[in-house]
Amino acid sequence: MTETANSPPQQHSPQEDAIVDMSQTRTKPNLSWQSIFTVAMFLFMYLPIGVLGFYSFNESRYSANWEGFTLEWYQRLLNDARIFSALQNSLTVAITAVAVSAVLGTLMAVGLSRYRFPGKSLYLGMSYLPLIIPDIAIAVATLVFLAALGIPLTIWTIVAAHIVFCLAYIAVVVSTRLADLDPNLEEAALDLGATPVEAFIKVLLPELVPGILSGCLLAFVLSMDDFLIASFTAGAGATTLPMEIFSRIRTGVKPDVNALSVLLIFASGFLAFLAEYLRLRGERSPN
Amino acid sequence: MFQSATETQAPPRTQSDCDVELRKVFKVFNGETAVRGVELNVRRGEFFSILGPSGCGKTTTLRLIAGFETPSAGEILIRGESANQVPPYRRPVNTVFQSYALFDRMSVRDNVAFGLKVKRQNPSEIDDRVDRALQLVKMEGFAKRFPKQLSGGQQQRVALARALVNRPAVLLLDEPLGALDLKLRKEMQVELTNLHQDLGLTFVMVTHDQEEALSLSDRIAVMKDGRIEQIGSPEEIYDRPKTPFVADFIGDTNLFKGHIEECDRGSVVLRTDTGLKLVVRPPEDPNDRTVGRKAIASVRPEKIRLSRSAPETEVNYFEGRLQHAMFMGTHVHCVVKLTSGETLTVRQSALPEGHLDDRASVYVSWGPNDGLALSV
Repeated sequence: MTETANSPPQQHSPQEDAIVDMSQTRTKPNLSWQSIFTVAMFLFMYLPIGVLGFYSFNESRYSANWEGFTLEWYQRLLNDARIFSALQNSLTVAITAVAVSAVLGTLMAVGLSRYRFPGKSLYLGMSYLPLIIPDIAIAVATLVFLAALGIPLTIWTIVAAHIVFCLAYIAVVVSTRLADLDPNLEEAALDLGATPVEAFIKVLLPELVPGILSGCLLAFVLSMDDFLIASFTAGAGATTLPMEIFSRIRTGVKPDVNALSVLLIFASGFLAFLAEYLRLRGERSPN
Repeated sequence: MFQSATETQAPPRTQSDCDVELRKVFKVFNGETAVRGVELNVRRGEFFSILGPSGCGKTTTLRLIAGFETPSAGEILIRGESANQVPPYRRPVNTVFQSYALFDRMSVRDNVAFGLKVKRQNPSEIDDRVDRALQLVKMEGFAKRFPKQLSGGQQQRVALARALVNRPAVLLLDEPLGALDLKLRKEMQVELTNLHQDLGLTFVMVTHDQEEALSLSDRIAVMKDGRIEQIGSPEEIYDRPKTPFVADFIGDTNLFKGHIEECDRGSVVLRTDTGLKLVVRPPEDPNDRTVGRKAIASVRPEKIRLSRSAPETEVNYFEGRLQHAMFMGTHVHCVVKLTSGETLTVRQSALPEGHLDDRASVYVSWGPNDGLALSV
């Protein structure tokens, strides 16, 4: 009985040699179809941006041909008052909308995960709906609603419309963080004598901060980027950066718009990276 | 005026030696009743366990005592005062959660100090008490670490210290050792008993592990389907179970369904549905001893003797075949199929007359005091 059980392991040694051989031959050829596909994919995604960057340093104003390196377009951009006023509008909208959404979205996520109340699943579904409703529908709906109530369009109507989707994004990010937390955490704080408010501030909120921050950065980038909703809900003079860019390229793409786009890509890339970094750091151990 | 007079006329409602008292407590969640009329008293300084299978309402009962749930009906008293309206942060109880629920962003020291800090004790006293609590659970060397850097057993100790530092009237433990491996669990069982003896605190522990409940507790409440089946000392629960469920859930047992055929003060004769005649101890409640009444006899595997030849008793011996015998180290676990059809488990310290073949013909027997009749 024991002998028969022992015999298979004794045959093992040739098999193990075979395994070692296999792993040695597994080195891939340098030009596999996977690497060709990968390179093609990245070119498809980033070549247009590369071209944009290329032209932003091109001395020629109208021609597509390279006529020499220049920083003129970047300089001109920095002296352009209209761009700066549009940027200021965009930042006002994004910062206000994100700040309001951060508070409301966090409370929404906490409320939805921690309390039982009638109609909860309906409320849950409805609160995340702005994530899948097309922007154009939100834009038209907001415009019709504001017109029906006779509210004049200003920069604050853009803020209100942006809160609609920022709220949903922040709530989604915070609730994924909440779902990973020990459900007994707040109860432990209450048990040790903390009032519900103390338990929220001292125990729950510190755990949620990374989630809230990364949700805010995501919402901020989306708000800065939004053209559709802003152009429907903006009042006179409340031109945001994407609206300004769009109005300029209608008369042909100018190199200063190229330069602006390059700067925007770098700024949003940085923010996206920061958001991801914060999220990952929050998921790993503290300190 | 009249009302206040009736209130003062009410008799003193609590015994002062009770730390926790539940009176006909019910808890209903969305139409599902988790706790149905639980009544229990936990005496001061007692190690009390609530034992039952999963879903029996034992954790809900603990959460009711902690204040995380409010009873749908009934009353909860802590140290003689009604706690129904008292929120968890004002109750003199502290909980050790099954998941430990340590605060990951705080160091071990800050975790333990949390309760004292929110109660605004003065800092030098906080330091002092935290040091002592950490010493108590032998974690003084880990004060600066963070919970994620500790092993499961160490986290368990921190959770204990965090609760004990507040000097609660009652310490509530929700499956405290459930997440630990067997060896560590045995160690922590010993430490829990030591802590309980040293501190003289009242412990209420919820567990599904009957061995843990038997070895640690002064008294055990066995729960099933939201009701308490029996409350008693480990010996009472094991030797004198009141219901077939308790007999079966605590330890192993053999159950025989039948009816009472004869009855006197010291014993009953129970005729099983398969025709066996068993002599066993009568049910505890005299009302359950009437002739003709349906009953279940319970016989513990270790009370049964196994022999090759017919034993020299007149009652409780039956012929059967050995189905298999498993050597377990300290004992031999046998399964015997009786000629009448029942299958019995038998625990012997050693097999009679050395080696027995599987399928050997054997006799099982037990004394009239070794079995117990239970009312159905």
